Amino acid sequence: MEVRIRIQRYNPEVDEKPHWEEYTVEVEPTDRVIDALHQIKWFQDGTLAVRRSCLHGICGSDALVINGRNRLACKTLVRDLGKVITVAPLRGFRVIKDLVVDMEPFFRKFRSVMPYLVNDERPPAHERLQSPEERARFDDTTKCILCAACTTACPSFWADSRYVGPAAIVQAHRFIFDSRDQAWRERLQILNENTGVWRCRNVFNCVEACPRDINVNKAIAEVRQALITGSRGLPLEDDEVH
Amino acid sequence: MQKHEYDGIIVGAGGAGLMAALHASRGGRVAVLSKLYPTRSHTGAAQGGISAALGNMEPDKPEWHAFDTVKGSDYLADQDAVELMCSLAPEIIIELEHLGLPFDRTPEGKIAQRRFGGHTNNETGKPVMRACHAADRTGHMILQTLYQQCIKQGVEFFDEFQVMDLLLDEKERRVAGVVAYEIATGELHVFHAQAVLFATGGWGRVWEVTSNATSLTGDGTALVWRRGIPLEDMEFFQFHPTGIYKLGILLTEGMRGEGAVLLNDQGERFMERYAPTVKDLASRDVVSRAIYLEIREGRGIGGKNYVYLDLRPETINKYFEKEGAKWPDGSPRRVTKEYLLEKLGDTIGFCRTYLGIDPLEEPVPVQPTAHYAMGGIPTNVHAEVVVDVQNTVFPGLYAAGECACVSVHGANRLGTNSLLDLVVFGKLGGQRMAQFIRQNDPPPLPPNPTARVEEELERLRNGRGKENPAEIREELRRVMMANVGVFRTRELLEGAREKIRELRERYRRARVMDPGRIFNQDLLEAWEVGNMLDIAEVTTVAALARTESRGAHSREDFPERDDENWLKHSLAYRRDDGAIELDYKPVVITKWQPKARVY
Ligand SMILES: Cc1cc2nc3c(=O)[nH]c(=O)nc-3n(C[C@H](O)[C@H](O)[C@H](O)COP(=O)(O)OP(=O)(O)OC[C@H]3O[C@@H](n4cnc5c(N)ncnc54)[C@H](O)[C@@H]3O)c2cc1C
Ligand code: SF4
Ligand code: FES
Repeated sequence: MEVRIRIQRYNPEVDEKPHWEEYTVEVEPTDRVIDALHQIKWFQDGTLAVRRSCLHGICGSDALVINGRNRLACKTLVRDLGKVITVAPLRGFRVIKDLVVDMEPFFRKFRSVMPYLVNDERPPAHERLQSPEERARFDDTTKCILCAACTTACPSFWADSRYVGPAAIVQAHRFIFDSRDQAWRERLQILNENTGVWRCRNVFNCVEACPRDINVNKAIAEVRQALITGSRGLPLEDDEVH
Repeated sequence: MQKHEYDGIIVGAGGAGLMAALHASRGGRVAVLSKLYPTRSHTGAAQGGISAALGNMEPDKPEWHAFDTVKGSDYLADQDAVELMCSLAPEIIIELEHLGLPFDRTPEGKIAQRRFGGHTNNETGKPVMRACHAADRTGHMILQTLYQQCIKQGVEFFDEFQVMDLLLDEKERRVAGVVAYEIATGELHVFHAQAVLFATGGWGRVWEVTSNATSLTGDGTALVWRRGIPLEDMEFFQFHPTGIYKLGILLTEGMRGEGAVLLNDQGERFMERYAPTVKDLASRDVVSRAIYLEIREGRGIGGKNYVYLDLRPETINKYFEKEGAKWPDGSPRRVTKEYLLEKLGDTIGFCRTYLGIDPLEEPVPVQPTAHYAMGGIPTNVHAEVVVDVQNTVFPGLYAAGECACVSVHGANRLGTNSLLDLVVFGKLGGQRMAQFIRQNDPPPLPPNPTARVEEELERLRNGRGKENPAEIREELRRVMMANVGVFRTRELLEGAREKIRELRERYRRARVMDPGRIFNQDLLEAWEVGNMLDIAEVTTVAALARTESRGAHSREDFPERDDENWLKHSLAYRRDDGAIELDYKPVVITKWQPKARVY
């Protein structure tokens, strides 16, 4: 089938500001949006820039605004979009070229929440034991691929880019609730600052945007609860997440 | 042009590069250069698991693991290296756990393990639970954990820097650094250093149907080759049996590890005929060939070129019941949808997203997909690059991970052994590099260090011809799939060699569309096509020379393994005029004399 793809283009070497360009490509309905972008890049207009690598939703390179929603171009099929497809870069970051944005501010926030296991005790000769229940406690947030779809869909982040944003909170959650970690209090304090979890207004855009189906809102709620109770406590039931 | 001074450079930020960085940076100033953000590396795609004879679920031993690896390799692996890797496996898994890797757990809280193709209890011959895993995202967890620890340790990164050349001090034959292209600005950077470790991963993109990321174009392997370093065992490239039909996206062997079976058009579990003992869990080369033969006999689904992978609990339980399969605690082994979803959530998701098929309800169409490079840059067990039949070390040059050939995988790699290879030899290489940089200073940089790269890029930017590099690449990928795939013959290989020469001719007239400096992917991808052509040609020439069938290299005109003449590694050299010369070095055999390989 034939589809029209409208792409927001911007090349700082020649353009004063971003503008839209339209391309027509022949695709299979089951093709991914990234396949259509490849056709343009390879056979129509080689100047188009878009990051991607794995092509199946696990490397986090190609989160884009597709028909108005944040999604991965490699995980969105053409048949789910209709005959006209619009593609634009993620909001809230500086555009380097076309669909490529400067991710450094995003990674800086990621690094700010101590995203690594801290445990200064001498490790045993074998593995540190962890029950399946303890492991399950943070399973959801281990799935994050740092694609930034959630953070750049968040009105609180649009309003004030100092907010660490949902992705960094997800990363912090992964360690706060890991029974092996000893720095969870410090991490909680980082998220207690005025750039932290209290900025969340429960708009749920993050949950909708996450290509890994992570319950981002629940992760934020659990971090807040830990801050209120001062303990890592039990996981929240779904109906307790507000 | 910007210049940087370091002691060591690591090229690539996948599992191998990051593990090396953690260890090498203890010896001096080390930087990691990667064309992708580290967390985008394809190590993150690895699903099924990482092997180690921990024996957490049932009895297991490193010796069994080593024998399985040697047998899986069709006796081409160097047995000293295999024994080392398998004996270090348990402690390195524990090290990863201590670094934070969230493995799945047993009820007692230990690291959970599962079955994988080719891994057996050597006494019973039955599959053994040796693959340590974190759901079906083991590679993702390894990549994340190692990157997290690099952040903690303050490792320096240059993200989105594409390395394009290796700098050598020709007089002393020593490493002097690398040239890299900063993708965001188009600027060239010279990194002056006395040691360089390549961890640039594989080159599955050379084939049309592949499980590999767009970035896997064999850059590191091709650029050291152009600098005179030989390549080892390039004819051995693994096709994984279960790629999603047409797309090539991998469906982990872990699915068969959990009980899924392959079915032909008649609904027959055909692996029972090809590998009566381990059936669907035979080595990958064996299963891929079986699928091809079924298709050729007209037993592909609807006569087409794919078969079914059946993960439905009712199918799995039917075969479990028939075989009397048991869990470690002795209870009958059965699975439910919930269990499969927990263990294989991502893979099930791929089928739902890309095929619109729910594998818990319907069988999934699969075909073999180009997956893994057994060959590569020759190294010893310290990840030091060795450049001849005598294994002479090239001072300051290292390689680890999929781009390297130690060789622990020989002619065919067992599933879960690559992730192990990355961390074991990434670590040993990093440690060796730390030692080397403490004891050595860098040699002087060669004059005009960026000259070669500038010339290559200039030709692509302003060449006279009109050839589109993308067209050349797609034609290359098609011919490699058709002629240098699961089954090979002299005619097919000669045809491929001709075609590659023609494409190379056209590549000289290639020209990119994008004249800009900022994020010019058009230019970089065109440069990568040059790497793919080099790699395709070496692979084809080495495959043509090897007149036997061994592991992943299956010659229909020479169907038998020929130990008398071919129990040896190939080494391909590039002569100054561009011609390829082949030489051979012996396989290291310690304990296991070659035997017929039956599964
Ligand atoms: C889908 C899939 C599933 C797999 N599952 C398993 C499994 O379950 N178990 C197992 O053991 N193995 C598995 N494998 C194999 C294994 O994952 C890979 O062999 C391994 O991850 C390769 O790691 P690496 O560190 O060598 O390279 P990669 O992780 O591929 O990283 C390569 C790095 O090099 C960089 N790079 C490349 N070229 C350049 C350049 N020119 N300049 C700068 N940087 C460059 C890239 O940016 C990247 O950081 C799987 C492979 C695939 C494709
Ligand atoms: S939480 Fe989801 S949307 Fe956010 S960065 Fe991680 S994977 Fe992407
Ligand atoms: S290309 Fe990797 S997530 Fe889309």
